[in-house]
Amino acid sequence: MENGTVLDHIPAENVYKALDILNLKGVESQITIGINLNSRLYGRKGIIKIADKFFEDEELNKLALIAPKATVNIIRDFKVVEKKKLVMPHEIIGIAKCKNPKCVTNHQPIKTRFTTIDNGNEISLLCHYCEKITDTKSIF
Amino acid sequence: MKSLISIGDFTKEEILHVLETAKEFEQNKEQKFLEGKVIASLFFEPSTRTRLSFETAINRLGAKVIGFSDASNTSQSKGETLKDTIKMVSNYVDMIVMRHPLEGSSRYASEVASVPVVNAGDGANQHPSQTLLDLYSILQTQGRLDGLTINMVGDLKYGRTTHSLLQAMSHFNPKFVFTAPEELKMPKEYKDFLDAKGIEYIETNSLEEHMNDCDILYMTRVQQERFTDPMEYERVKDVYTLNASMLGNVRENMKILHPLPRVTEISQDVDDTPYAYYFKQAENGLYVRMAIISYLLGHR
Repeated sequence: MENGTVLDHIPAENVYKALDILNLKGVESQITIGINLNSRLYGRKGIIKIADKFFEDEELNKLALIAPKATVNIIRDFKVVEKKKLVMPHEIIGIAKCKNPKCVTNHQPIKTRFTTIDNGNEISLLCHYCEKITDTKSIF
Repeated sequence: MKSLISIGDFTKEEILHVLETAKEFEQNKEQKFLEGKVIASLFFEPSTRTRLSFETAINRLGAKVIGFSDASNTSQSKGETLKDTIKMVSNYVDMIVMRHPLEGSSRYASEVASVPVVNAGDGANQHPSQTLLDLYSILQTQGRLDGLTINMVGDLKYGRTTHSLLQAMSHFNPKFVFTAPEELKMPKEYKDFLDAKGIEYIETNSLEEHMNDCDILYMTRVQQERFTDPMEYERVKDVYTLNASMLGNVRENMKILHPLPRVTEISQDVDDTPYAYYFKQAENGLYVRMAIISYLLGHR
């Protein structure tokens, strides 16, 4: 790839979620997706290569929810010019779903809003509205 | 512009200020310094005590009330969004008092309204005016808030009053006893909250076990409307019944609180003991709600 972004070390089962979060359905750039590649970190990993597209850190960091160990490689003129790790955002707006069936966000047209809570080994999300905690496995 | 949605929206100082003002209102109920103001009372689900005490508080402060007590008579039943209803109402009034069955609805309303919003209960989530009247009742009966042992009994899983009271009391170095059957235990997130603050708590499923070593026995009703599984409700609905014969060895200063309505969890014979405080507790709601409204409208 001459220019673009490579997202590596995505857990294999979360590759399609990553495409959703980055809103990549409908972009015209060439996208190469690899799933179930061998990985020392996960056993099986996913990779997404997006040609001629660069993202703001804020957009990429949304992936930290589903791929906390992902790496981002920025490619220019066929070379990796920058490698980045994701940073867990303090707030997650509009992408996760509250697991509480009685939460107002599941009944009214409202963007969800969560504060991330880092418990050491896992991340959970505190809903700004219903104040219930959702784990990252139940948010999509 | 400040709203009261969750008890966590008030600092310890603001809580103490509201309790102090409530005491002044108890001594003098007629203070009509909100004359000319209009307050909306929007009850999207049924309520007796909370709605009547808010509306009485508004009247005693000299303001006028508009609103409804049944959402089926409103445009919500035609499919209007909560946002549109709140935006429209906030054009007419100086404050909105709101109860709604969806959790987080009041927080959302406070974000779209142009006037302060008071949460009068959002599903099983928060009911901060109840919490403040519980604190006021504890202060009035014990003479202090610091260093007390509170035994919460019954539905600690869905009971929003216990969750909010726990959060509010955390400012005052309390100890807690959580008396509940396995199905209705205090949720982990609230125990984590106490652990993080270093606050001691004991869990038991026996009402008798810690009744004699607490200052406040906070009884709750098992609320059928909060259960998604009717079988679970049937299993636990009559789990505890407090009666007068069980009160022989309790602390002299011990008081029984209950957010009401009660069903079977407190026998009628408890009403005549010196420990029963729940009717006076409900009356305290009036003074506390007068204090909340005054504070949020910048008058006290």
